Amino acid sequence: MQPNIKQSLDIVSLVSIGQHPQSGRVRRAEQDGRAVELGMNLGGDNLTVLHAGDPQEQALRTYAGMGLSSMQVLNLDLQDDAVPALADYLQQLRPDIVLTGVRAESGESSGMVPYLLAEKLNWPVVARIADIVSVEDGVAEVMLALPRGQRRALKVALPFVASVDNAAPEARQSAYGPGIRAQIEPLAGVKEEDTVRSNWSEAKAKPRPKRLKVVKAKTAAERFKAATAKPQGEAGKVLKGVPAKEQAQEIFNLLLEEKVI
Amino acid sequence: MSDVIRRDPRAEWIARNRLHPLHGTIAVGDDAEVRGPSGLLRKNPHKVGFIGPNGIKRIDRLKGNGAASGMGRRSSGPQEVQLPLHSVESPDFYIVVVPDLVGGRLTSQDKDILGQAHKIANGIKGEGAVVAVCFGESKEENYDTAGVDRLIHLEGEEYEGFSPEQRLAALVQVEASLQPKHWLFPDSVNGGTDLGSRLAARLGERPAVQAWQVTHETTVSRGASQSLDITRETPRILMLLEECADAIDETRHEAKALELDSVPRAIVQLQDQGQVAVDPNAIPLAEAEFILSAGNGIHNWDQFHDTAAALGATEGASRVAVDDGFMPRFRQVGATGTWVTARVYLAVGISGAIQHMQGIGQCDKVVAINTDAGCDMVKRAALSAIGDSEEILGELLKLAQEHRANKGEEGEQNAA
Repeated sequence: MQPNIKQSLDIVSLVSIGQHPQSGRVRRAEQDGRAVELGMNLGGDNLTVLHAGDPQEQALRTYAGMGLSSMQVLNLDLQDDAVPALADYLQQLRPDIVLTGVRAESGESSGMVPYLLAEKLNWPVVARIADIVSVEDGVAEVMLALPRGQRRALKVALPFVASVDNAAPEARQSAYGPGIRAQIEPLAGVKEEDTVRSNWSEAKAKPRPKRLKVVKAKTAAERFKAATAKPQGEAGKVLKGVPAKEQAQEIFNLLLEEKVI
Repeated sequence: MSDVIRRDPRAEWIARNRLHPLHGTIAVGDDAEVRGPSGLLRKNPHKVGFIGPNGIKRIDRLKGNGAASGMGRRSSGPQEVQLPLHSVESPDFYIVVVPDLVGGRLTSQDKDILGQAHKIANGIKGEGAVVAVCFGESKEENYDTAGVDRLIHLEGEEYEGFSPEQRLAALVQVEASLQPKHWLFPDSVNGGTDLGSRLAARLGERPAVQAWQVTHETTVSRGASQSLDITRETPRILMLLEECADAIDETRHEAKALELDSVPRAIVQLQDQGQVAVDPNAIPLAEAEFILSAGNGIHNWDQFHDTAAALGATEGASRVAVDDGFMPRFRQVGATGTWVTARVYLAVGISGAIQHMQGIGQCDKVVAINTDAGCDMVKRAALSAIGDSEEILGELLKLAQEHRANKGEEGEQNAA
């Protein structure tokens, strides 16, 4: 569905380098790809795709292959903090919407970048959006992705920062040729080393131990009961010999109380 | 006196010989277990047990764990065990937990995090109190056994629905008044991550997200899409994964209400427009929040589909209904089909085969409509209606339609 846009928008999509979950190869990050897709649907030609890191990185070409003529890259070293550079750049650019993924697929992946940028720029931040439905008179109507497939509508004034959930439309296919031909413009960014991180130790993730079902029984009888008895909740309310109307009312009240209707 | 146990062979001989005239005076006491001459424990099988009401000897091997019956006394049901109370009079420091409270109740992740908070508090010198900050309506009754020492409950329309900015303002107020040592949030899609990240950005703290092994000194957290373990010093703000620690289960806590100074109204930039109706049947069955499930007891299928649509429930089915061709295979709930996680599961005409019960093991509230009051589903259900399913569903459909109509009118009035 085409979004209902009544004004020209300056959109910035922030992208990071993804990591394939099985092979560990660099790739287009899943959620960042969706952020670019959403930005392309909204902004058309006014979309700026921005990365903070190494401009020579080949994975950036997979974003460019989505049909971008150029990309901006703030040239940073591996140990540098991305947030000051991005905040500084966005302060000058003053876009209407900044789109990011929820969590990066490499590095610390804390998901803090949208929040820190919003705090520095003093903009509102919307987490986990599924879609931007319309933008009218400087107010955007945003669809939030809630757990269990639910959606919530939200109105927020421009400018704002939003992180894009996996529920957003999937990123379009990336074409190799246009990706290679696209121009990647390196920019000088504010370099600030991430000193906190240098004190951490990193290791390959160990599988987490499964929680065992511990039976805290004191006697053999209790242990036997725990091993054999059917797990049963305490018996609930039983409506028997009651007219169907009252039964239905009782059930309906429970549904209302649980707020599922 | 020496420690050597002296034997009296004559007394032993009399004790052994029940026909001896002195046997009654010598006989060992009523204890079934005595120390033998060499110090070994000797059990006298004749002394075990008691004579039952019918004159038959009874031996109780349950060690007091059986139902309290016998000796003519009526059993008064299983005794509620009172757990020992853990009380904190004047806490030296606070650890604040902000639970998700999905549907107004503590989730299992929330309980694990309360357990984690106590684990951290035990490691730190001094006496610490675990504070839970709860927003909105709460239906939870067991804050005490979940491990809440102090409870800050913020209610009011400004906290209802989607209100991260107002909640953040409240948390900043908590920070100012309690100065907690640690902030623990669940790292979940139910709002815990969002709120934790907002607070971390506001306070300028660097949080540990996806943390799963936390002590008061070090934290191990996941990074790089779960492929990296990062070990660091435990920061002030933590967002914890599921099963990070064991929930509290051996103590009771005070859950004393803590009053907060008036929280300033936050400037609301995110205006909530309410939840949007989604097609319930487009939601994957495993994730659906509310399932209306049909079994062998359904005869009017059109009515069932209408009711599901009117209630806004995702449709499920038992194996029989699927095998008979009334429902597609991907709607099957149970061991062979989908394992569902619904909060409310309404089972119509399903008696509850064990495979089906496995599939709904994680459901919160089960409601059963059945003709048989003795079936397994009724035993599992929080509310069951015994009667003809067609009649009850018909009434339910009417109620749902009335509710819809009323809601629609209200909406029009609000709009006007």
